[in-house]
Amino acid sequence: MAANTVLNYLPRKSVIHRLTGTTKLAFFLLFTFASMITYNTWVLLGLLAVSIAAFRLSKIKIREVRFMMIFMLVFLLLNNLFIFLFDPNQGTHLYGTHHVLCHLFWRYDLTAEQLFYMVNISLKYFVALPVAILFISATDPSEFAASLNSIGISYKVGYSVSIALRYIPDIQRDYHSISQAQQARGVELGKNEKFFSRLKNSVNILLPLILTSLNRIDTISNAMELRGFGKNKKRTWYTQRPFARRDFLTLALGVLLLLFSLTVTIKCGRFYNPFC
Amino acid sequence: MTEQNLPVISFKDFSFQYRAQKKPTLTGINLDIYPGERVLIAGPSGSGKSTLAGCINGLNPFSNPGECTGSLIVDGVDAPHSSIFELSAHVGTVLQDPDGQFIGLTVGEDIAFALENSCMPQEQMHSITRHAAELVGIQDHLDYAPHELSGGQKQRVSLAGVMVDQVKILLFDEPLANLDPATGKQAIELIDEIQQKTDTTVLIIEHRLEDVLWKNVDRIVLVNEGKILADLHPDELLSTTLLADNGIREPLYVTAMRYAGIEIAPCKKPSHVNSLILDQTDQKMLQNWFHQKELSEPSGTPEPLLEIKNLSFGYTRNHPTLKDVTLTIYKGEMVSIVGRNGAGKSTLSKLICGFETPDQGTLLFNGRDLSGENIRHRAKYIGYVMQNPNQMISKTMIFDEVALSLRNSGMTEDQIREKVENTLKICGLYPFRNWPVSALSFGQKKRVTIASVLVQDPELIILDEPTAGQDFYHYTEIMEFLRTLNQRGVTVIMITHDMHLMLEYTPRALVFSDGQLIADRSAAAVLCDESLITQAALKETSLFTLANRCGITPPEAFVERFIEEDREVRDNGR
Repeated sequence: MAANTVLNYLPRKSVIHRLTGTTKLAFFLLFTFASMITYNTWVLLGLLAVSIAAFRLSKIKIREVRFMMIFMLVFLLLNNLFIFLFDPNQGTHLYGTHHVLCHLFWRYDLTAEQLFYMVNISLKYFVALPVAILFISATDPSEFAASLNSIGISYKVGYSVSIALRYIPDIQRDYHSISQAQQARGVELGKNEKFFSRLKNSVNILLPLILTSLNRIDTISNAMELRGFGKNKKRTWYTQRPFARRDFLTLALGVLLLLFSLTVTIKCGRFYNPFC
Repeated sequence: MTEQNLPVISFKDFSFQYRAQKKPTLTGINLDIYPGERVLIAGPSGSGKSTLAGCINGLNPFSNPGECTGSLIVDGVDAPHSSIFELSAHVGTVLQDPDGQFIGLTVGEDIAFALENSCMPQEQMHSITRHAAELVGIQDHLDYAPHELSGGQKQRVSLAGVMVDQVKILLFDEPLANLDPATGKQAIELIDEIQQKTDTTVLIIEHRLEDVLWKNVDRIVLVNEGKILADLHPDELLSTTLLADNGIREPLYVTAMRYAGIEIAPCKKPSHVNSLILDQTDQKMLQNWFHQKELSEPSGTPEPLLEIKNLSFGYTRNHPTLKDVTLTIYKGEMVSIVGRNGAGKSTLSKLICGFETPDQGTLLFNGRDLSGENIRHRAKYIGYVMQNPNQMISKTMIFDEVALSLRNSGMTEDQIREKVENTLKICGLYPFRNWPVSALSFGQKKRVTIASVLVQDPELIILDEPTAGQDFYHYTEIMEFLRTLNQRGVTVIMITHDMHLMLEYTPRALVFSDGQLIADRSAAAVLCDESLITQAALKETSLFTLANRCGITPPEAFVERFIEEDREVRDNGR
C-alpha cells in the first residue's frame, strides 16, 4: 500500500540530507528570522534565491510536496484577502503615497501601495516555505528528536513528536481497514456519497480509531518505560552525527544572511519604497 | 537444580491489588526462582499470570498503581519499593506485540534505546548495539525500518533491545501470540539459545504450553485465580489433570494417549513427543484405539457457493500479491486459510468482500458474477469480521452496534428491533442488549462484532484470526459458537495461524504461499506433509509424530480419528 503521508521524510542522496538535523533546524530558524524582520523587496528576493537553490540541491521534487505547497498557497491567499479586507490602506500608511489603480466597492480602493505591500508579504511566505519543507522532508525522523533536543527542547517533547510522526502510517492503515469494515456494514463512505453524509458517517470510524490508537499508546509507553525512558534529565542519541565542515558553513551562511537582513533593516528601514 | 544458590526472584506471602479493583489480583504468592532456571508461567486469561510478570518488571505498581503486601526480591532489589527504572537494569521484558514495542525508527536505534536513556557515549553505544544484534542474529539489518522486517525479526530486535542492559532475568510476556507457527517455533529456539549463551534466568508467560515445551523448561508454574496451583517439573505436571482442569490445553499427544487409556506418569517423560518413552504395550494401546472405530465418511454432494477463477491482484504494479488463484467454497463448509504473514490470505478476503478490485479473474457467488457489486452490496451476503474487535465497534451500546447496518438499509425501527433481538439471541448476547460495549470481555466483544455482521443474514462469513490471543476457554467458546452458526447453514472461512483451530474445526484447509494456492486438502493431511509445512511456515502436529512412532499409517487418519474422538468428548462433556 502506498503510504501517501502529508508530511514525510523523503530520503535522497544530497548535500542537504547530509547536514545534521541540528544544522537544518538552526538554519531554518535563522533563515526564517531573517525573512521575518524585513519587508525589503530586494532582500527578500535575495533570500528567495537562496531558498530555491537549497530546494534544488535537496533533489526533492515539487510534486512530492505538492500537498504542503497547495495548503500554504491557500493559506497565503486567505491571509492576503483578510489583510485587504481589514485595512485596504495599510500600504498607504506604510509608503506614504496613494496611487489608486481601480475602485472596487464601498471603501475598498485597490492601490499600488497596498498591492506592493501584499506582494512583499507573499514573498516572505515563499522564502520561508521551501526551507520549512526541507527541514521536515530532508531530516531523517530519527534525527528529528535529537535536533530539537540539541537546541534545548526537552527530549521528551522531541521524542513524542518523532513517535507521532512514526505512527502516522500505522494510523492511516488502521483508518483504512476500519473504514472498509464500516462500508461492509452499509456505512457509506465512498466517493459518490454526498459530502455531509460522508462527514457524518466518518464519525463511525473515529471511535474505533481512537480506541486502537489509545491501545497503541499504552503499549508503546509501557515498552518505553520498561527500557528506562525518562530515567535521566538527558539522553544520548544513537543517530546523532558529529558536525562536519558543511554544517559549520551552513550555519555561517545562516548567520550571515540574518546579519545582512538586520543591517539592511537598521540602515534603510524595514521597507523598500519604490513610490517616492 | 541449584537449590543451594540464593533465589534470583523470591516472592514471600506476596499479594497485589490494582487500585481500580475491589479484590486483590494476586494472593499468597510464595515462589522462588533460581539463577539460570527456565520457568514457564502458565494460566488462563485473567488468572493473574500477567500481573505476576508486571510485579517482577515494575509495571506494577509503578505504571499501574496498586498495593503490594508481603515481599518480593528481584535480583537483590526490593521490587515494590524501588522503581521501574531500577528494575529495568535487572529484568529485561519482551512484550507480547512485536510491532507495538518497536520504538526506534530503525533496528539499530531500537536496540540502542535503553542505552540512549542511560546517556551512554555514542561510540560505546554503537559497539554494544552491534554485539547485541549479533547475539540474536539481526546484525545485517541494523538500518532496516520496522515495516521491512518479519514478525520473527521484530521479536529478535525486541530481545536484543533488552539484552543490551546485561540483565540477569529475561521475561517474555506471551511471546508466541502474534507469530505464525513456524516463527513461534523459532522464537522458542532463540530463547533457548540465548539462555544457554548468557546463562540468564528465563521466565516465559504463555498459555500455549505445547509450543513452549518444544525446548526444555525446568519448571511450570501454574497460576489461576491469583494463586499458584502447581510448581512442578513439566513431566510431573503433565501427569496430573491440573492443566485441563484450569483451562490450559495439554499437548495433543498427551490427550491422545489419555484417550487410548495410557496412564501418564513422570517416568514416561511426557514433556516432549520425541523423547517420550513409549513401550510395546503403549504402542499397542494407541494402535488399538486407532482401529477401534471407522472414520465417518463425508456425505452428500456439495453445492458451490463461491467460485474463484484465475484471480490475480497486486497493490503495486509488477508485485502481485495474489497469482492466479482458483478455488471453490461449497455451501455449509467450514474452511481455514493458512500460510505465513504476507502470503496473500488477507488480500484474498479483501477481494472477496470487494474492498479491493482484482486485476484479473472472476468471482462467482451462487453462480452470479460479483464484479459489478460494491462493498455494500456484497455485505448483504458476505460478512467480514476483523481480527481486532476494537477496530470494528463504533457505537457505545450493544444494541446500536448490532443495529448499525440495518439502520442504513431503511428498515422500520420495529423491524430492526425484532431482527437485532433475534440475532442477539443466537449469539447469546440477548441478556446484555442494553449494556455498553465497554463492559464486555474481549471474547464477548468478538461476539458482538460477529452479531453485527450476522444481522445482515450473510450466507458466508470470513473471519480474520477469530481466536488470536485467546486462552483455551475463550478459544473453545468462540469456536463452538462459530460451529453452531455453521450448523445453522452459514458457510465460514477463517484466516488463521492456529494449527489447533485448523485441525479441530475446519475439515478443509487452503494453504497459501507467496500469493499462490499451494494446497487444498484436509487439515489433517496438510499438517502431516513435511514439505508443505516448511513451504507455508506451518508447524507439524505432534499427533503426526506420535502416529509415526507407533507405526500407524496413514498418520493423517490417526489425526482425524483423534479429532473425532475429541469432538465427541467435547460434545458430551468430560
